[in-house]
Amino acid sequence: MAIAEIQGQSTEDVRPPVRLFRNLNAKIASIPMIMTAVFVFIGCTVWTIVHSFTKSRLLPKLDFVGLDQYERLWGTRRWLVSIENLAIYGICSLVLSLVIGFTLAALLDRKIRFENTFRTILLYPFALSFIVTGLVWQWILNPDFGIQSVVRGWGWESFTFDPLYNPDIVIFGILIAGIWQGSGFIMVVMLAGLRGIDEEIWKAARVDGIPTWKTYIFVVIPMMRPVFVTALVLITSGIVKVYDLVVAQTSGGPGIASEVPAKYVYDKMFQAQNLGQGFAASTMMLLSVVIILIPWAYLEFGGKKRG
Amino acid sequence: MKTIRTLFAATTALCAATAVSATELEVTHWWTSGGEAAAVAEFAKAFNATGHTWKDGAIAGSGGVARPIIISRILGGDPMHATQLNHGRQAEELVEAGLMLDLTDVAEAEGWRDIVHPTSLLDSCTVDGKIYCVPVNIHSWQWMWLSHKAFADAGVDVPSNWDEFVAAAPALEAAGKIPLAMGQQPWQSSGAFGVLTVAIAGPDAWLEVNANKNAEVAAGPEYAKVFQAAAAARAMAANSNVQDWNQATNLVITGQAGGQIMGDWAQGEFQVAGQVAGVDYTCLPGLGVNEVISTGGDAFYFPKNDDPEITKAQKELASLMLSKEVQVAFNLKKGSLPVRGDIDLSAANDCMKKGLDILAKGNILPDGNQVLSADTTGQIEDLMVEFWNDPSITAEDAQARYAEIIASAD
Repeated sequence: MAIAEIQGQSTEDVRPPVRLFRNLNAKIASIPMIMTAVFVFIGCTVWTIVHSFTKSRLLPKLDFVGLDQYERLWGTRRWLVSIENLAIYGICSLVLSLVIGFTLAALLDRKIRFENTFRTILLYPFALSFIVTGLVWQWILNPDFGIQSVVRGWGWESFTFDPLYNPDIVIFGILIAGIWQGSGFIMVVMLAGLRGIDEEIWKAARVDGIPTWKTYIFVVIPMMRPVFVTALVLITSGIVKVYDLVVAQTSGGPGIASEVPAKYVYDKMFQAQNLGQGFAASTMMLLSVVIILIPWAYLEFGGKKRG
Repeated sequence: MKTIRTLFAATTALCAATAVSATELEVTHWWTSGGEAAAVAEFAKAFNATGHTWKDGAIAGSGGVARPIIISRILGGDPMHATQLNHGRQAEELVEAGLMLDLTDVAEAEGWRDIVHPTSLLDSCTVDGKIYCVPVNIHSWQWMWLSHKAFADAGVDVPSNWDEFVAAAPALEAAGKIPLAMGQQPWQSSGAFGVLTVAIAGPDAWLEVNANKNAEVAAGPEYAKVFQAAAAARAMAANSNVQDWNQATNLVITGQAGGQIMGDWAQGEFQVAGQVAGVDYTCLPGLGVNEVISTGGDAFYFPKNDDPEITKAQKELASLMLSKEVQVAFNLKKGSLPVRGDIDLSAANDCMKKGLDILAKGNILPDGNQVLSADTTGQIEDLMVEFWNDPSITAEDAQARYAEIIASAD
């Protein structure tokens, strides 16, 4: 919109000023930000990618070995397990956060009593760090003190619920904690979106006799597309960097069953003193983000030029 | 107003006075469990007695947590004045990059080469003929700790070697005990495997694989027996749901578990709990099969500093750590063996005396950290922690993967 307006004005001028000097103050003011972006983000990224082709150990050295680090990476079981865990955690967390967040928001939006109280309670977990969340859920899910022992105490002796000690389902134990922490925030974002829907829409739907659930699914949700996009970006960025939750809850165990890529990167870089391997792994993480991000950015922002 | 000004003046004078006579050294380490903290306090006490100040920088968690913090502080240009590390290859590159203080002059003046026993400890501190660290103790992984109470409850005799322990395991299980206590951290899984190797395949096979990186031996029949034994041990440790090594040791101390394969640092925990060697617990060096001591241990490194006052204090601390009195006081609390052979350890308990005997006989092996790079160690830890926790991995699979790691080790 803004760009279109400025362009509209400039065509009216007799001699359009040089594009570079237009709005000069703003451009000068943004130089520090541009420098930060170029040097910190792009510069460091390039540096990391270049060093991922070297055999750097504790200290970065430009001693190139081609694709060796990548070959080793994809031949390592721990990395493959990490990728698989991230995929399971990512898909489940994305779907559940959106569904739970939207459902809670829709319920709160029905003009219930004590809305403020409920909103606070549901948002509260978000105020806790992942480390605290992880520790709390580690205790809750511990078979000796947590849910399992409470239920057994009620007399159901054979009850078993120990996700953190079962390699097959441990990632879901982490997922529970992640959802508990994050869905309240998504709910608030959704609620803000729902409040932005014009009351007239609801009235029109009611006049036409459309059931409430249908109004939500076919009218309200399509209207809330920008809110969903925001929520999506917030959730995905949380998924890719999941690390502290795993460290606090299981530190990757039992065995290597709950390892995640970010932890692989950290462990290789700082504990195994193999920077090259850590850089290769982080480059793969970047690549996966780029593969998802570029088509999305193209769809989201590329279309505007035509309009 | 006037009083406040006098007070200020007095404080300033006081600060200035202390700055002249004493230097404060920040020392980082990861000795935080009960026995360890008591031991490090001995260092601090001795150093404070010289008029300097020991600023304790304990980092909670095990070496795996603390080491990255220590290394990134040194690399990031905010070095502490002295730090614990395991000597060997962990600090290799830091020394090569010239970040550590050269202690050769102190070492030569005091004749460290003559007093440090075994001398291989000093070799691990030496890079290009110069000495960069002070070994302070010998910690051997090659021990197993057995709870007398657990075996009494199960109605069997306390075993005297690994085979008897395996035979007693069903009785322990029937009595509701965990036969083998194991923490779930990767370094524990990998360490216990190393001890089993020395006991079952023998020290020669261990050396061939770990020092000479011979992948054929690693894939061979002797190691196959080790992996079978480890798979059996895995079944015995199945119910041990603890993370940290001292929690696992606590299972042994309280008699909930029969035994634990753990280095001699576990002894400090028994001591803190008031238990007596030979009465409440038994220690088996080399699992009672091959009695050896692996000469791993802790060493102090001194990152380079521009201030000559601090450098001087660093060298004082270095020589203090090797002095007779401090060695005795420190190692008795820590439960580790001293690095000099010429001191009197009559106050040592049963287990330490066993260790000293073996050391005097010269049955020693290098520690994993001395022969393997941190990278290879990390790969083996990843494999071992997976193997110990996932019964679906067969001994054969694990062995094949292990041999691959050894083949690519440097």
